[in-house]
Amino acid sequence: MIPDVAALRPRHYYGVTSMNARCQHAIHGWLLLLPAMALLALFTHWPALATFLDSFWSTPRPRRPAAFVGLDQYRAMLADPVFWQSAVNNLWFALGTIPISIALALLMAAWVNDRIAGRALVRMAYFTPTVLPMIAVANIWLFFYTPQYGLLEQMLSSFGVTSHNWLGTPDTALACVIVVAIWKEAGFFMIFYLAALQQIPPTLAEAAALEGASRWTFFRRVQFPLLMPTTLFVLVNAVVNAFRTVDQIIVMTRGGPDNATTLLLYYIYEVGFRFWDTTYAAALTMVLLALLAAVSLAQYVLLERRIHYR
Amino acid sequence: MSARGNGNPYAPVGAGRALESAAAWLLAVLWLLPLLYAIWTAFHPAEFSARFELLAPLSLRNFVQAWHAAPFARYFLNTFLLVTLILGSQLVLCTLAAYALARFEFPGRELAFALVLTQLMIMPDVLIVENYRTMTRLGLVDTIPSIALPYIASAFGIFLLRQAFKTVPRELDDAARVEGAGPLQVLLRVYVPLAKPIYLAYALVSVSYHWNNFLWPLIVTNSVEARPLTVGLQVFSSGDQGIDWSVICAATLMTSAPLLLAFLVFQRQFVQSFMRAGIR
Repeated sequence: MIPDVAALRPRHYYGVTSMNARCQHAIHGWLLLLPAMALLALFTHWPALATFLDSFWSTPRPRRPAAFVGLDQYRAMLADPVFWQSAVNNLWFALGTIPISIALALLMAAWVNDRIAGRALVRMAYFTPTVLPMIAVANIWLFFYTPQYGLLEQMLSSFGVTSHNWLGTPDTALACVIVVAIWKEAGFFMIFYLAALQQIPPTLAEAAALEGASRWTFFRRVQFPLLMPTTLFVLVNAVVNAFRTVDQIIVMTRGGPDNATTLLLYYIYEVGFRFWDTTYAAALTMVLLALLAAVSLAQYVLLERRIHYR
Repeated sequence: MSARGNGNPYAPVGAGRALESAAAWLLAVLWLLPLLYAIWTAFHPAEFSARFELLAPLSLRNFVQAWHAAPFARYFLNTFLLVTLILGSQLVLCTLAAYALARFEFPGRELAFALVLTQLMIMPDVLIVENYRTMTRLGLVDTIPSIALPYIASAFGIFLLRQAFKTVPRELDDAARVEGAGPLQVLLRVYVPLAKPIYLAYALVSVSYHWNNFLWPLIVTNSVEARPLTVGLQVFSSGDQGIDWSVICAATLMTSAPLLLAFLVFQRQFVQSFMRAGIR
């Protein structure tokens, strides 16, 4: 039962201008917000600020207290070959995973969207890697790549390819990790494309067919442009994921061989929790935060103009 | 509706359709291959771990061995407690905050919302060094709450619920207030019931994220009493005592089984939830 609201609205305090009611309203608002804001301040805002400040100090050691060193950590970083290698590796990792997983996601979505036989099963197969723990599937892939008796070796040896230590050779280790990331992510991105494809009105396809457009033309001129917002959303997610990948590195390679698979977050973990050089880890974290900020800014510039959260 | 099924004139027919189905199926099999491989290895004796014979004897010994080789019962309990603690706290905190941001007017609201959104960019996963220091100061290292705390105030949850609450018609809110309901009662009677699909979506995403989360629990725990499954599995499979691959595969399947089964049963809800949670 909804009463005649128009008559009631004046009593209601959204519209009321009395000082007292407005004050009470504001207090309620802040009280509701307080618990979440307190935790956010403690575990997001403060640590981000502390990371920034820490990066200008040296790590305290038993005989040597922390000292202000200005930009020394950043200078050391620029001279640190492992940092550069992890940055370059991460770039290659991003370039290797993002385009392929997005293209595969689009292809998967197009297939599942058409009425192919058994599409529910196919969709399930594509999506399953997404719900599995990375740490668990990395173990499976580790076995898959094992020299001599791993599945990959067995398949290749039947084609006469000689044995190769896929994860143990710097040339191939990063590519192996990239394959795992694509396998894990493509099905996740497919979901968003599928949702977007289903929202394209069928009348557009009918109109295009009447005009005699080929299927490829229809995809290129109608579907793909309409999927642009989805592509941007997926792209941003893919970039962020690429720069915080760490789980499969810990399981499969520990950054090796010879730092060939060290990514940024893995290097931060290693410096912070293996070498316990916390302030150098803080400086490295600032690089990662700057990268993530740049991605968010790019998203804001590209997307925010059209979509308003109101 | 036209004669061509769903009315899409570009839906393939005849040979094209068969070809497309075949390609889609091939990729699907390829995608399931690692999982099928693990299932094969886990359910067969070690000598068949990489040898495929149709009549190889089935066995559950690998699972029994894995279960006894590490305290997996305790790890399961820890993960269950962790996921429950996180989801429960998230739902309460995010609901309150989202309600404030959606329907209250107070000075500093826009700033507060912007501060919340920064967490979408600066994720707890990245702030491991400082958060570890905070946990040390609080004396919480190696406890389940220490794994949960950084994730409880979830910007993503607040954002999703705020969007949902904003679509609730003011008239319903008005009507409840006229009947004498206070702000919290209005929240519980009007807003929460109407946002049920969003809650379900968020819950599925949150549970699967934290069931699978690895780096932060790895850093902040170091005993069996606090370790979740993912860390327990890693400690187990990277041990030095040379465990069989088939036992590791069994342990791997064991740890992913609850989520995998939940996914197979609630497939539609899972897919829709991830979709709803992603589209903003």
